Amino acid sequence: MRSTLNQKVLAILLASATFLSAAPSAEDQRISVYSPVAVYDLPVLERSGHQYVGLLELLEPLGRVSSQTDGRLWRLHYNNVSAEFAAGKTRARIAGRDFDFVAPFLIENSRGLVPLGSLNGFLPRFLGATVNFRESARRLLVGDVAIQISFQLAAGNPPRLAVNFSAPVNPTISTEPGKLRMVFKRDPVVSPGSQSISFDNRIITHASYFENNGDAELEVAANQSVMLMASFSSDRRSIMVSAASAATTPTTVGPLRPTQGQASSASGSANGHRILAIVDPAHGGDEPGGALGDKLAEKDVTLGFARLLRHELETRGFAVTLTREADTGSTLDQRAAAANVAHAGIYISLHAASQGGGARVYTALLPVEGPTNGVFHPWNTAQAPALPVSRIVAAAIVAEMQKKEFTVHASSASLRPLNNVLMPAVAVELAPGPDGIADLTSANYQQRAAAAIADALVSVRDRLASQP
Amino acid sequence: MIPRHLLIGVAALLVLVVAMGIYLRHMRQQARQLESPAADALPVVPPASGPTETVTLYVADDAAGLLRARPAQIPLPGGRQQRAEEILRGLLRIYQQPGAAHPLAAAADIRSIYLVDPGAAVIDLNAAFADQHRSGILSEQLTVNSLVETLAVNVPGIQRVNILVEGKTRDTLAGHADLSDSFDVTAVEQAGNQ
Repeated sequence: MRSTLNQKVLAILLASATFLSAAPSAEDQRISVYSPVAVYDLPVLERSGHQYVGLLELLEPLGRVSSQTDGRLWRLHYNNVSAEFAAGKTRARIAGRDFDFVAPFLIENSRGLVPLGSLNGFLPRFLGATVNFRESARRLLVGDVAIQISFQLAAGNPPRLAVNFSAPVNPTISTEPGKLRMVFKRDPVVSPGSQSISFDNRIITHASYFENNGDAELEVAANQSVMLMASFSSDRRSIMVSAASAATTPTTVGPLRPTQGQASSASGSANGHRILAIVDPAHGGDEPGGALGDKLAEKDVTLGFARLLRHELETRGFAVTLTREADTGSTLDQRAAAANVAHAGIYISLHAASQGGGARVYTALLPVEGPTNGVFHPWNTAQAPALPVSRIVAAAIVAEMQKKEFTVHASSASLRPLNNVLMPAVAVELAPGPDGIADLTSANYQQRAAAAIADALVSVRDRLASQP
Repeated sequence: MIPRHLLIGVAALLVLVVAMGIYLRHMRQQARQLESPAADALPVVPPASGPTETVTLYVADDAAGLLRARPAQIPLPGGRQQRAEEILRGLLRIYQQPGAAHPLAAAADIRSIYLVDPGAAVIDLNAAFADQHRSGILSEQLTVNSLVETLAVNVPGIQRVNILVEGKTRDTLAGHADLSDSFDVTAVEQAGNQ
């Protein structure tokens, strides 16, 4: 009797597990946002048959934003625009005027959720810019950021197809016989006008454009017997697709190292590998870091800054991983372990402070002659072997920030987890500029700092690539 | 003959007087107990005795982001440990003046300094020192460097410094400067020269 009951329970559990694993996860869905100041992804939530996104998280990288929950009311301030939303209601008041959502506004854990279907309607009131939300693909283009695609086929033997872009791009490229696929995760490319374009060529036959779940995808098709290869122009505005015999082993052309049937990515280093940069927005979750103002926590500034830095690094050919994508906390040991396990080429910790001005760049403060046990290093001095390169990176960042008119100096600090990471590691503390604390949330100010850091990493890319 | 009711009344009054006296004594003891923690919360610096000596203090400047060596006249007691405590308290007094270039909380204090091992020192800060310290890499690191360098230059032989808060190890001073490990005096001095 007992055995039968156990079997029934087991069967129910197995059935539930099967059902849950087979069901599509709404949490896997995301919206990609492209704006002149930041490119980022946000999770999409499914509620009562509608798709929602957190409004605070959506606006956070684009300007100064704060929210306040008062019972069923949720108030938001974005730059100079105020808005009031009511949980469960479709009507909201934004910038002094009513707006009707396509589905009720929701409040979950003090987060205000807005339906995706209304983004085109109300976002311009906050942003004061044109907004193009492509709902089926969940791609949101803010302002004039769209990258146009055009094609130019040079019929020869073998034929070559130049895919031209109106701005530099950094797609992931993979190839297999008869097909070359480019996936644009960070670039706001838009349809070339038609979903499919045919070429008057018997080898390279046509190109197809798709958008799905925040990404854009361009597929160049050829005869099944042909292997397509791709190479970037130096300004990354063109990708030359050329045909080779299928018998040829797939090889990298220019900066690419495609592997058959497996996504590969554009290179950013001399030896053909992309250098992985771990960008760590310090603090997060229950640990807010320093209080930079009445309502401004260090953890919020570092997250926005990290997103900008990711974009700047990716456009320069680095692969980038953020240690946190939202207001979540993790221990210093976890952050160091994540960087060490990923075998990153560089670790950058981002901080912000209200004291002083400009920026400070730190490397680890370690004993002058750290103890070593052969190839093993104590956790607290794991940084020791990489410290000379870390100091080179810090000096390069100082030089690039000075070019961009930042007051900046380099120093050493007993700042974890710098001590615990094996690869070159620096911390950048952003301090106010000429406009005071407001600079810390200024997209322009952060953008200049992020561009300087990214330029600095480009200047020392060979040193990073040569790390063991 | 005293009337019986008067005797009873006087006896009752005497009992009441004794009871009131006991109650008053009890209330005074309670008041003393309540006053003592408030007094403990304030930094009590015992007056240092001994000849005034010239020492070198490494004073932090937030705006410049560095330490400046500054001579100071401080009365110092005879013991090595007590001298170290008085020197760091002298440093703190600079940071607690109005308009200081690196302000610290008025309640911040050095509880004690232990010279525990040849070459090792432990600075024990009070809770207010850390709890009311401003958060930021620069600010916190300048405080640490200032304490370590001032101690090392005035107490010869110190090579490593640990910093405790209320006698316990603490992860960071105010969210950034790592206090979980000892500070190498040479490394701190080199960092100050960068």
